[in-house]
Amino acid sequence: MKPLTVNFRSKAALTLADAQIQQSIEHVYTGFFKGRLTAAGDTPEWEHLRTKGKAIKDHTIAHLDYYLNMLADNVEKNGGSVFFADDANEARKHIIDLAHEREIKTVIKSKSMVSEEMGLAEAMTDEGFETVETDLGEYIIQLANETPYHLIAPAVHKSRADVAKLLDDDYKDGDRVPDATELTMMARKKLRGVFERADMSVTGVNFAVAESGSIALVTNEGNGRMSTTVPRVHVAVMGMEKIVPSIQDLSTMLRILIRSATGQRISTYVTMVNEARKADEEEGPEEFHLVIMNNGRQKLLEDPQMRESLNCIRCGACLNACPVYRKVGGHAYGWVYPGPIGAIVSPVLTGLKDASNLPSASSLCGACHDACPVKINIPRMLLELRYRTAEGSADKDERTSSAKERGIWKMWRIGMMGRKRFDMGARLAGLALRPLSRGGWLKKAPPPISGWTSSRDFPSISSSSLKSKLSKRAGRSK
Amino acid sequence: MPDNSSTTTHPDRVTLFASCMVDQLAPSVGESSVDVLEHLGVQVDFLDDQTCCGQPAFNSGFRSESRPVAERFVELFEQVEGPIVVPSGSCAAMVRNYYGDLFRGDPELIERAARVGVRLFELTEFITQFFGTDAISGSMETSATYHKCCHLLREIGVNDEPIAMLSNLDGLEFSELERADVCCGFGGAFSVKMPDISSAILDEKLDYIEATGSDTVVAADTGCIYQMQGGLRRRGSDVKVVHIAEILAKSIRNASSAGTSK
Repeated sequence: MKPLTVNFRSKAALTLADAQIQQSIEHVYTGFFKGRLTAAGDTPEWEHLRTKGKAIKDHTIAHLDYYLNMLADNVEKNGGSVFFADDANEARKHIIDLAHEREIKTVIKSKSMVSEEMGLAEAMTDEGFETVETDLGEYIIQLANETPYHLIAPAVHKSRADVAKLLDDDYKDGDRVPDATELTMMARKKLRGVFERADMSVTGVNFAVAESGSIALVTNEGNGRMSTTVPRVHVAVMGMEKIVPSIQDLSTMLRILIRSATGQRISTYVTMVNEARKADEEEGPEEFHLVIMNNGRQKLLEDPQMRESLNCIRCGACLNACPVYRKVGGHAYGWVYPGPIGAIVSPVLTGLKDASNLPSASSLCGACHDACPVKINIPRMLLELRYRTAEGSADKDERTSSAKERGIWKMWRIGMMGRKRFDMGARLAGLALRPLSRGGWLKKAPPPISGWTSSRDFPSISSSSLKSKLSKRAGRSK
Repeated sequence: MPDNSSTTTHPDRVTLFASCMVDQLAPSVGESSVDVLEHLGVQVDFLDDQTCCGQPAFNSGFRSESRPVAERFVELFEQVEGPIVVPSGSCAAMVRNYYGDLFRGDPELIERAARVGVRLFELTEFITQFFGTDAISGSMETSATYHKCCHLLREIGVNDEPIAMLSNLDGLEFSELERADVCCGFGGAFSVKMPDISSAILDEKLDYIEATGSDTVVAADTGCIYQMQGGLRRRGSDVKVVHIAEILAKSIRNASSAGTSK
């Protein structure tokens, strides 16, 4: 998928002005966010599980080579094939070549953000394969020719009427809006035939288990399980960080993933795949292929300040908690991963130069850090990327701060390095703003604070500092 | 994490770190902090040379500009002993949780900063830890709600303690704020750099504030207070946003002038 991170501001503005999307996106708070809080509250060992989850991921990422080799060995022992793809192009080409070799006609996909990185569905369609998303949300997005809006709820921004229009060509504005069950039945009817004729599936991987060579899939619709059982060729795609050492670790990670994602204690389906059909078995795919993709993750791994982002298990909890995501929506972030996690990984995976607005688009409220099941300190990494953008990057193309900005902060520093300057600066600013002030507030302020007064009054600067006020109180100042 | 119970011994002398915003924009918050601490029997010192902790430039990424200001803060406050109290969770979080990143590569400075950091308390955290949330009696005839400022809540760990303090005031009718722990959209330079997003977040906050029907919103960080007050004024609302130090100090005064307390 081509990164469009550079368009953050304009995309955000469109979403802010879209009342329907603002209403639809509320669900991530009222549904997912509150669901997570309830599920966590009902789990007495919740904080212990988070600590354990973080420890598992820290350990695995620190020994990633070792566990990836173990995984590959075990998948092959189980009779599957493993392909390490250095980037999205290599992964896509490998899968398309495989489909040609096996004379595939119809490919069904279950949900996978890694396949979005590859732009896989679009590329396979262009190659002449009938390629259909079978996750309901992804299917809606495919019909709408859009990209996913949310890590676990790709079509969360669509109203039921929007979905009805996409699923039923005869649906007109003003017709009765079908309920969720009716919409699901409409999709099911359209998808059932596709499932029957599919000869290849591409699924994601929620976790790969190194010690057994298995993959685990977490879904609520069953389409994922059907994708791993019906077609004759099953290809699973994963980012190279989506790995846990053991089945015991998987158990911990599933508990925190599912509670954090939807607030369920367990999803309707948790599917484990170890191997293709054995000689004495009657059902299941004939072949199992695992594609493990790097696509920039090595950069995160080699970057001590950003490495923790590889601990992400893609639950979406940080999106649901984020006040900025809930206003600007998923498309503003311009690449596969939206929200706070997108704001830290997209700049590294796709380039900080064009993505410099992403780490800036945060009030640093910390709700993401609080919500993360593996305690990723996202605000710390947002600050790190702001530093690189402002002045810290070794690559000068990535240092995109303006001369004006640099000048403002230099002036600020000079003003803060001595009490006399600090007082003088404040009094001068106060005098400059005084003509604009009415009753202690300004309706319109000059740059660099003009942005503030577009929607808020700005306070006048006090005519005397706390220091001078306190010095008038006897015996307190030092 | 603050403990709700008071301890028998408490510091009788502290140094106030005003924060740059309180010092120059909202000195009444600083004066109120002094009043509240003195009411609790704590002598308050003020270092005249203080300016800022360095957070604004740090949060904007300009660490080379932030660092000398932060170093200056450490040098100044390591000259005094005993607790340092600041009426801002955000500044307390900067010193305690982010100086390590700012001073990366200088372990000696990180160590010095940490020694200052462990002595630094946000005002309501300090009151809770050493005196308890029921230590201040006072009287205030108003209806009020409380917004949980993000850094105080999530970086410092003060949650419902200020609400307990407000509930202890005679005449104050408290209403819970829906989504009290969701950000007001301030975020320092974010509020100016991305005003459209900041304002959209604020709008939701103000809707919930107005839904409480309260005359007063209490919060504990000046930036958030100006964000909410600035937005309410633009809406034409009469709701007042005040710092917890201000409402506590005024309640103490009200009670003592009525001769009912102290």
